[in-house]
Amino acid sequence: MTIRNTITFASIPTDKGLKAALEKEPKSVINDVIESGLRGCGGAGFPTGIKWKFAAKAEGAQKTVICNADEGEPGTFKDRVILAEWPDLVFEGMTIAAYAIGASSGIVYLRAEYAYMRKMLEECLEKRRQAGMLGAKIAGKEDFSFDIHIHMGSGAYVCGEESALIESLEGKRGEPRNRPPFPVEIGYENAPTIVNNVESLAWVSAIFANGSKWFKGAGTKESPGYKLMSISGDVKLPGVYEFPFGTTLSTILEAAGGEDAKAVAVGGASGTLVPPNNFACKICFEDVPTGGSIIVFGKNRNLLDVAENFQEFFADESCGQCTICRLGNVKLLEGIRLMKQGQCTDQHLEDLCSLGASMQIASKCGLGQTSPNVFLSVVKHFRDEIPRHPVAENDDQKTEKAKSSNLFQSVVQLFRTDADTAKNNSGTNKKGVSA
Amino acid sequence: MSGKTKTATKTAKTEMITITIDGKEITVPRGTTILEAARQNNVHIPTLCHHEDLTPFGGCRLCIVEVEGQRVPVSSCTFPVTAPVNVESTSDRIRRSRRHTVELLLSEHCGDCYSCLRNGNCELQTLAQECGVRDYPFGHPTEKTCSLDLSGTSLVRDMDKCIQCGRCIRTCEELQGIGRFKFSGRGYNKTVSTYLDRGLAEVACINCGQCITRCPTGALTERDDTPEIWAAIEDPEKHVVIQTAPSPRVAIGEEFGLEAGNAMTWQLNTALRRCGFDKVFDTNFSADLTIIEEGTELITRLYKALVEKDATVALPQFTSCCPGWVKFMEHEHPDMLPHLSTAKSPQQMFGSVIKTWYADLNGIKPENIVSVSLMPCTAKKFECSRPEMTDSGHKDVDYSVTTREIARMIKQAGMNLPELAPSEFDDPFGTATGSGIIFGATGGVMEAALRSVIEFVTGLKVEDLYEHADIIPVRGFEGCRYAEIKIPETVGPVPELIQHLVPNWDWLKGQTVKVGIAHGIDNARKIIKDIAAGGKFSECHFIEIMACPGGCLSGGGMPIPTTQEIREARAKAIYEEDKQYGETGRARKSHENPAIAKIYKEFLTEGPCGHKSHDLLHVEYTQRGKFMTDATTGGEDVKNGKDKTK
Repeated sequence: MTIRNTITFASIPTDKGLKAALEKEPKSVINDVIESGLRGCGGAGFPTGIKWKFAAKAEGAQKTVICNADEGEPGTFKDRVILAEWPDLVFEGMTIAAYAIGASSGIVYLRAEYAYMRKMLEECLEKRRQAGMLGAKIAGKEDFSFDIHIHMGSGAYVCGEESALIESLEGKRGEPRNRPPFPVEIGYENAPTIVNNVESLAWVSAIFANGSKWFKGAGTKESPGYKLMSISGDVKLPGVYEFPFGTTLSTILEAAGGEDAKAVAVGGASGTLVPPNNFACKICFEDVPTGGSIIVFGKNRNLLDVAENFQEFFADESCGQCTICRLGNVKLLEGIRLMKQGQCTDQHLEDLCSLGASMQIASKCGLGQTSPNVFLSVVKHFRDEIPRHPVAENDDQKTEKAKSSNLFQSVVQLFRTDADTAKNNSGTNKKGVSA
Repeated sequence: MSGKTKTATKTAKTEMITITIDGKEITVPRGTTILEAARQNNVHIPTLCHHEDLTPFGGCRLCIVEVEGQRVPVSSCTFPVTAPVNVESTSDRIRRSRRHTVELLLSEHCGDCYSCLRNGNCELQTLAQECGVRDYPFGHPTEKTCSLDLSGTSLVRDMDKCIQCGRCIRTCEELQGIGRFKFSGRGYNKTVSTYLDRGLAEVACINCGQCITRCPTGALTERDDTPEIWAAIEDPEKHVVIQTAPSPRVAIGEEFGLEAGNAMTWQLNTALRRCGFDKVFDTNFSADLTIIEEGTELITRLYKALVEKDATVALPQFTSCCPGWVKFMEHEHPDMLPHLSTAKSPQQMFGSVIKTWYADLNGIKPENIVSVSLMPCTAKKFECSRPEMTDSGHKDVDYSVTTREIARMIKQAGMNLPELAPSEFDDPFGTATGSGIIFGATGGVMEAALRSVIEFVTGLKVEDLYEHADIIPVRGFEGCRYAEIKIPETVGPVPELIQHLVPNWDWLKGQTVKVGIAHGIDNARKIIKDIAAGGKFSECHFIEIMACPGGCLSGGGMPIPTTQEIREARAKAIYEEDKQYGETGRARKSHENPAIAKIYKEFLTEGPCGHKSHDLLHVEYTQRGKFMTDATTGGEDVKNGKDKTK
């Protein structure tokens, strides 16, 4: 119901990519991935093939392939769709990765809220074992054994960060590690580990099914191939779309029916808030990157409400390890609340923007580094939205608030299946934007 | 324990790499962190969560530096040198971000510097100055929001001052292997917590206070007993005496601006008298007494095991003068308590003797004596509060105070310690021996015991076997040490003092006495594991264990900060003082102490381990276990629950 255009994965035959990959030497598998130019689809965009190359080179007996299915960025739900519709492609991708780097075990770190999919995924894994595509001697290859198990996350946003995810897998607090060493050298249980996003792994299968040239043929120079986008908010047709990298934001808005937007959060809470005068921007790593989340805010949205909501999210989801992230997000949140009341002085706003800039450079991980983005975007592009004088809460604002809540409710709804919603009618969505 | 040793061994054969920091060329072994490289070359980078004894954490983000090729600055405490890069330790955005970090810390640090025990020795104060904090753009709370944890006898925890650097967590986990603190919660709810956030008295904390000496602020402090002591001094009815342990004497100068390693023993006597203490005694007297009692106990155990073939005798015998170690055993190895020597610690032996023998000799009612001890230790406060430490019929030691507390008293009395004239200790205990002094360093109790045991058994002078009577094999800072002492084929006569216990030494002829030494509970655990596995420590006869890394000289009550360099300087001062005793004709062996001979002649007339000794100088321990009951949570539930702090 949420797939809105043609998704390449639908046309990839199961195991075609895996079989093709297993016919090659591991080294040449890695070269093909590098050749394709595939970049991590979780948001950071690190070249997948290079990551594999490092892990293959690293010494360690028990290498691990981890599929990051902790899809936690507010407004992204494309991994959920991939896992629900094409789980084989993801497991194939993991198997190819294992073959390439010499790993014997794989773990899917599944977002707590996706627990309803676990049974289906386990069944899929079992089928693959029965078919000889998982477990001992995969596809009849004497010297290649690899199996996958599913590990449930517990709802912390930061556990989508690869090193925090590994800590969590090891039973520790989900806190990002110091790097170096990177997980490709010292990862899960101190062995070389690769952590790849669900979508990246599915693209790997597609690349081996269709060839790396096919993938490189689409997209831009720095961002080859295609990207799944989760589009939500004030649009007529919310859902999952596939576009080649380099597609302009206005094209995407047109497709989804959100051309009259006031602002678009590209990349979720940790991304940037794009104003209408920049809707011509291209979605790619050279211009405006995204892990797949596109949240559209219509004309009637109060962007300070939006910023407040995102900042609350970060204040709560910071692991708390770095002072500047743990407390910085609280201060930005307090600042937004002051702004809403028209009581933030220019001096304080300047202090907060300066603080935001420090958060971007001094935090240990991506969460902290990107957490002030939306705040800074609002101040930069939507300064008119900030009341200049103290305001009293009137009926109009109350209505605004209610509307705003509804918007986030609709975003939250997109995270869930109907069955999930029925089961958790009163449940709170810890990781999504709270309603 | 020592980060330095680890790095040195790890990088001994690795290649050297030249980097530049702020334009200055620096060559370091591959793998050295940028912070280490900078410090070795006098480039100052501010830090907060970093402590050289602990694993780098990289959480405070104060030490960030610009590294060529890195998109954003990196934390220099965790970033290893692996390539010849350019590093900038300061830039506009780095200075700004450091200032922001400190401003944020101040926004949650309920800081009333004037009334804080750490006023003047607080890393947050220093950083605020260094980083250019001039106002509080993000606020600065003045109202307390957390209640003080005053549940313990030794430590006070003030979470309003905690800045979550995690040094207490790493100290307790890495150095002590105990782990009483953990981070709990997330985001703005994150905090440093104990198991179920209980008070320190309700968790299996051993009160060693190592967390205090590594806390950058006043969030962890000793329980301040000085007001009670001033009150006792002011009370004309009270006869207030103080015993001073060797470690505080070599370190208290640091509180008055001296370099580490300057002993202030004799100036301190003057200062304490001027504070109003009626008598100043030397804990070394009771350290010597401990050696005699504990050594005799060891000889008795060995005789029973080797000659009488009594299989029930617990060997190896562990020292019991460290109250942190004793409490650890009570919590975690209650089944091994018979291995602990029953001899009380020097503090408690002195306490018993002061309120009995000394009171009698001087015609003072024991209830009018206020007995204070100056210790390097916070666990001593717990020890003197144990209900069993009342063998004199009163609380044997009324107050145990730390080096830091006594330094504050001296400052309050308007004295500058280093400028004072030296003076002697008071009689009848006089000045004790060098053996008592070395109790302060790891291996010191063992060396002191061996000096006496060797002379007792061989009839020879220790100097004939070890130059200057320095038993070098048991010295040093290695975490777990093992040594063997060969008893010659010719033995001497049994000294009169213990003739009632053993008839002769023939059974020890040619035997090898095996001893072990550990400091830091994490190392003690290794020894216990080795014993359980039947390793070489299981064959030991006697093992000395001190809870604090380095021994008492870096105890939880000592001046802050502590580093390996400071510990080494204090150790040097301790051994220097022992050496001076030899040179000035003072005794260096416990059994040569004239006051010891006197007490066995006049008071403990049945000799060491005799009836009276047993009543006053020995003690039994409590099987505590790891699961503590708590009235507020309902004892049973807690007992059955799992200890999540482990």
